[in-house]
Amino acid sequence: MADSAATPYAVELDGIWKRFPGVIANAGACLRVRPGSVHAVLGENGAGKTTLMNVLAGVYLPDEGDVRLDGEDRHFSRPADAIAAGVGMVHQEFRLIPTFTVAENVALGASPRLISRSAIEKDVAELAERFGLATVPGREVWQLSMGERQRVEILKALWRDAKVLILDEPTAVLTPAEAEELGRITSTMAADGRSIIFISHKLDEVTAFCDEATVLRGGATVAESLPVETLNGAMLAELMVGEATEVSQRRTRTAPVAEANALDVSEMWVTDVHGRNVVDGVGLTVRQGEIVGIAGVAGNGQRPLADAIAGLNSNGVGLVEVAGKDVSALPPRARNAAGLAYVPEDRIGVGLAPRMNVVENAMMRAYRDLSNGPFIDRDAAEAHAETLVEDYNVKVGQMHAPMAALSGGNLQRLLVGREIAGEPTVLVAAQPTRGLDVQGVAAIQRILLEQSASGVGILLISEDLEELFALSDRLLVMHEGRIVGEFDPDVATRSEVGAAMAGANAEADA
Amino acid sequence: MNQETLIGLFISVIEFGTLLYLAALGETIAEKSGVLNLGVEGMMAMGGMTAFWVGVETGNPWMALLAAMIVAALFSMIHGVAAVVMGADQVVSGLALTILGLGLAAFLGEDLVSKRPEARFESVNLGPLSDIPWLGETLFSMSALSWLAVVLGVVAWLVLTRTRAGLALRAVGESAATADAAGTSVVKIRLIAVAIGGALAGASGAHLTLALAPGWSEGTTAGRGWIAVALVIFGAWQPGRVLVGSLLFGGLIALEPRLQTFGVEVSPILLSMLPYLLTIGVLILLSVRSRNRPSVAPAAIGIAYRREER
Repeated sequence: MADSAATPYAVELDGIWKRFPGVIANAGACLRVRPGSVHAVLGENGAGKTTLMNVLAGVYLPDEGDVRLDGEDRHFSRPADAIAAGVGMVHQEFRLIPTFTVAENVALGASPRLISRSAIEKDVAELAERFGLATVPGREVWQLSMGERQRVEILKALWRDAKVLILDEPTAVLTPAEAEELGRITSTMAADGRSIIFISHKLDEVTAFCDEATVLRGGATVAESLPVETLNGAMLAELMVGEATEVSQRRTRTAPVAEANALDVSEMWVTDVHGRNVVDGVGLTVRQGEIVGIAGVAGNGQRPLADAIAGLNSNGVGLVEVAGKDVSALPPRARNAAGLAYVPEDRIGVGLAPRMNVVENAMMRAYRDLSNGPFIDRDAAEAHAETLVEDYNVKVGQMHAPMAALSGGNLQRLLVGREIAGEPTVLVAAQPTRGLDVQGVAAIQRILLEQSASGVGILLISEDLEELFALSDRLLVMHEGRIVGEFDPDVATRSEVGAAMAGANAEADA
Repeated sequence: MNQETLIGLFISVIEFGTLLYLAALGETIAEKSGVLNLGVEGMMAMGGMTAFWVGVETGNPWMALLAAMIVAALFSMIHGVAAVVMGADQVVSGLALTILGLGLAAFLGEDLVSKRPEARFESVNLGPLSDIPWLGETLFSMSALSWLAVVLGVVAWLVLTRTRAGLALRAVGESAATADAAGTSVVKIRLIAVAIGGALAGASGAHLTLALAPGWSEGTTAGRGWIAVALVIFGAWQPGRVLVGSLLFGGLIALEPRLQTFGVEVSPILLSMLPYLLTIGVLILLSVRSRNRPSVAPAAIGIAYRREER
């Protein structure tokens, strides 16, 4: 590795601040990457990793702070500036054209005026060969797996001769074998003198693929350029999650949890479009009046699991019982009628129709009860909406204004209110407080606690550890589609849970 | 049925095929860039009226053709500005272009209705080639505009598949955000594509009023522009297949007045519906061939691009 005193850093981000309305995404974050190294950037969701990388890639202008490449100050006002300066970024959502071939995608915007298909395909093949990226240049991208598509994105950056390559959570979409392959590719690129910034949550990958790690928390750098050999799971979890607010708002349980089960899920399997198991034989139980939390880094199968329980994922196979009644074969409406309520992660889109008004959105669950034959009973519908608005303290300007005009907290109050108005046995709530302001979070959490107290079993899926520790009776951790740990929030520490989330003890518990 | 009737039919097929192909090729290029332009009929009318007018004034068919292409391209910029620059709904803006074009052409061409054509595109004599039986009287006696249409089709195919500009144009039509990130100017490329579409629809109009049926009257385009729009789908957005489709649909149009002669008792109205039925059939075939395969239609068609909404 190069001597830092003699050689300038390939990348130096110094005191980067970036504010968005209502959010500070970066608060003086720093990052120094040595040339020819693979540098991990670690942090929880919302720690500001992606924002920091978008600053480096010219997508965002920083409010404050310096960007230096090879010791030279740089100001990127557009992504094209960063590309010209040799910074390439592989975003989490790939930017590829499915109907174009690999070679066409790679060469787009950076090819000679006249294109000979065979010549370009040969050049792309040579480049791929040089870095050990297995690809078929003449294949159309829609035919490729996610891993192959990612290699096309990397090829795009190399084609433009990127000296610094940012990989934003590159392994999130990969199979373990593909992830290993990626590790080999990054070391080949580093050996070629390029610098790779590897964003991740996963400790095992970081120790396997990277040279140094920088940890972000709350938009700031909490540990800079740690050699990966010194890292261990507990330490990393502590750095990422923090121990500051240990078990402060832990709720006190007033009534004991009932014996009867509200929800039984067993042998739940969900495959994605590529045939990968995104939910891998999950089983869990929620008793009446119990809140069971599911912790996990985004994209580890929480969402397909919730959708499959609600009957919204047609690729899900498994047994779902609501209060002892098997609903596995039933469509979503019948599951709802059997006592299963679902607050989906996408509150706008799946949960609510943003262009329809409050009354229409409020009646979406119960519209059959609010109708006379084929006709909607407008008075009953209005009354129903008004009840929800009052009971759950939804602040609406006008009952007939489009939903989209409401703030996130009010949207969510209406959605949660609508779902529990049918007096369910079990409520599956996916990320119910994400993106809400402080009052919004408090209101939703209060509703969940009230429901729990009245005997509703709640499956709470969240990425917010504080919330899970505060509300849950039991805490499950999901990693790569499996439940890898169960914790008692009264006893467990955040570090233990964080380590399980990072997959540190996946082998031990699985 | 004798040889003369058949040759007459073939000549007519080529003539109508040219009319449809010029317009459909232009629309293909516009749609490949992600802009649906339903204004073909209106642009065709503007081009036809302009060509006839300039032909009457100058007597030079090439001047008339050039004027028709320029006027129709400029006219198409109404759609370009509204739909590409301002991001208006492409369907609404394109329909408006058709209605406006038909009306404007009728209004401006009021005095032309009684005029005799002074300029025409005649069939090109290729010497010995034109003496070949059958082929010589049909294919090798095509007008210059028919040859132009074929040449333009080959050029369009080469540009779309073999050049950086063509790659960029297709990329803009598939995913404007991806093309933008790769450093391509989405608005510029789309405007150029719409203008080319306009110019070719204008050329198609010129073919109508200078070669196919010399003269000008209101409604002379008779819905051919709409068949051109359907042809783009029928030809799966590929210049070569669109050419085949143009000859097929041109053949259907050419058959209409001759059915009686051939002793077939089918209403010509039913026949005139065939192009649309065939197009629907092709659409269904294209959509059932594979579930995972992306559609052959440009993915970004009809979607205005604004950078902030990425």
